[in-house]
Amino acid sequence: MAKVALIEAVNMALHHEMARDENVVCLGEDIGTNGGVFRATVGLKEEFGFKRVMDTPLAEGLIGGLTVGMASQGLRPVAEFQFQGFIFPAMEQIICQAARMRNRTRGRITLPLVYRAPFGGGIHAPEHHSESVEAIFAHVPGLRVVIPSSPARAYGLLLAAIRSNDPVLFFEPKRIYRTVKHEVEDNGQALPLDVAFILREGTDITLVSWGASVNETLIAADRLAEQGIKAEVIDLATIKPLDIDTILNSVRKTGRLCIVHEACRSFGVGAEIAAQVAEKALWDLKAPIGRVGGFDTTMPYYKNENYYMIQPEDIIEGVQKVMECSA
Amino acid sequence: MTFTSKSTITQLQYLDEEGNVVQPLPAWADNLDLLVEFYRHMVLVRTYDKKAIALQRTGQMGTYPSHLGAEAIGIGVGAAMDVEDVYVPYYRDMPTMYMRGATMVHNMLYWGGTEQGSYFHRPDGKLSEDFPICVPIATQCTHATGVASAFKLRGEKRVAVTAIGDGGTSKGDFLEAINCAGAWQLPCIFVINNNQWAISVPRAIQCGAPTLAQKAIGAGIPGVQVDGNDIIAVYDAMLTALNRARAGKGATLIEAVSYRLSDHTTADDATRYRGSEEVNAAWKREPVKRLRNYLHNAGVWNEDKEQALQAECNAKVEEAVQQYLNHPKEPPESMMDHHFEQLVEPLASQREELIKKAMRMEGGQSHG
Repeated sequence: MAKVALIEAVNMALHHEMARDENVVCLGEDIGTNGGVFRATVGLKEEFGFKRVMDTPLAEGLIGGLTVGMASQGLRPVAEFQFQGFIFPAMEQIICQAARMRNRTRGRITLPLVYRAPFGGGIHAPEHHSESVEAIFAHVPGLRVVIPSSPARAYGLLLAAIRSNDPVLFFEPKRIYRTVKHEVEDNGQALPLDVAFILREGTDITLVSWGASVNETLIAADRLAEQGIKAEVIDLATIKPLDIDTILNSVRKTGRLCIVHEACRSFGVGAEIAAQVAEKALWDLKAPIGRVGGFDTTMPYYKNENYYMIQPEDIIEGVQKVMECSA
Repeated sequence: MTFTSKSTITQLQYLDEEGNVVQPLPAWADNLDLLVEFYRHMVLVRTYDKKAIALQRTGQMGTYPSHLGAEAIGIGVGAAMDVEDVYVPYYRDMPTMYMRGATMVHNMLYWGGTEQGSYFHRPDGKLSEDFPICVPIATQCTHATGVASAFKLRGEKRVAVTAIGDGGTSKGDFLEAINCAGAWQLPCIFVINNNQWAISVPRAIQCGAPTLAQKAIGAGIPGVQVDGNDIIAVYDAMLTALNRARAGKGATLIEAVSYRLSDHTTADDATRYRGSEEVNAAWKREPVKRLRNYLHNAGVWNEDKEQALQAECNAKVEEAVQQYLNHPKEPPESMMDHHFEQLVEPLASQREELIKKAMRMEGGQSHG
């Protein structure tokens, strides 16, 4: 079995699904001959031809709308936005059109489409290349939001996203595109689109994260174990629909919760998780819920980027605060 | 000096204001029965339009955008398309949608506040693939481009047709859509209903170009201006564009010059920003009377037929209104049921919550 990086798993899933289903098409800027700026689509044009692997004109609003039109005809378009920070011209198409079409036509027109975009910071990229704005999309009725954090989950979740008959935002943590390689079997097995993954079991505190921060969360959990604190680590994976049951079950066991996300702390997905846990499991909690998130700032230019990014130490401090508050 | 590119925009017109022929008609126009059919549709949608405004004024329907003055465009575009083509409308598009199977009842349901208005069938009974009414300006254009690229990918001889107002052509989505249609040589037709007004903003300060059709030049597709009050010109330009698209030669932009004889919508008062002289002058150019005059002169129309048609249209509209008013209301929880293929949480829980809330609001027993 081949060891692949996350970006290669994305590529593998695209190859698999384009071969399996002729309705799957890929489109975006520089995705054809160039294979995408991160090489997610390398080899697709050679294997499936330019008719199914389309270099679009440089217009993100167009990509958003083209995809709606294609999907209305039963194609399964997978559109790439070069960076999440470049997705904003397409917001009107995604929010006002893609998210609503099934509802406003009472199911007459459905849109099996995927919008892919690399997201997150930590790679010393230029301005507008490091956003983490998953909460904006999760807030919109009618959209699914998916974020893989490992090669295997990138492969299985992307297959599921393409096979879903709902519009899916698929955000890829580019900081870990190539950092680790895992064995991933190209077996066409999709993962569920509404289930969080328990990556490490523990009894003292539940840590929930997603995307690249899962990496730091696991490192923090290792170090906490050395201090005698057994952390359970959950990779949320599908932001929406939110698998709150997996989180609640874990919190009922550990009695403590700390949420870790790279996005700005305020009004983020962490706030939604905290609210739901407070609504449904407040009496199971031994301490207030902790949040370790990005600052409420624009991502600084790269000389100061590291001060924004979440370190394992930030998570350890966050956990210690929760532990100290415990009743 | 060398020209690297040289383009001209022509205007197509067959009938003048009085319905007199200004140039030899296309061969298809020998079929006077077809023109009578067009006329009957135009009168029906005008009758409907008047009634729809009355429904809004009497609180029986919500805000409504009149298509008064756009009957030749809507009926001409709708009549020229094949049932297998796909239409991607904007919001002032009842006539074309009606020709494609979205009935008067559907239009009233939509503007009367229920999503059921966008669930409609084609005239041949199959579930329609046409898009629903599109309110956000110009966003529909890229959908048509996407539909057309699906047709091209599959090698189907179908065409995607979309429409937009003159104001909408200022938006990026329109320009991005025609640019892509040109680059990819797509079977797609963009129809501009240039009715001179984008709510209160006149055409003259909407765009510096003398025609909107010439926006096609930058996109590398043919652009043609037609007299939008002349249904023979509209239909003929559509046939040319449809044939071109089906032959694999790509997209066309048609600017149909008309005049918005009504307010922008029932929520608007056009007397705030335009004078009656201009509107009175526009009434002399309007499309319905123009075709009627032509049919009169051709000896296939008379006052008796006109009166019979008016009575028939009134009856049809009245019947549709009754159907609309008697249409069963969707239960409130229907708002939950179509966002995703399956009912996911928290929508499933919220659905129960809503059912209880609705019972409370309606004075019934609450389970809570």
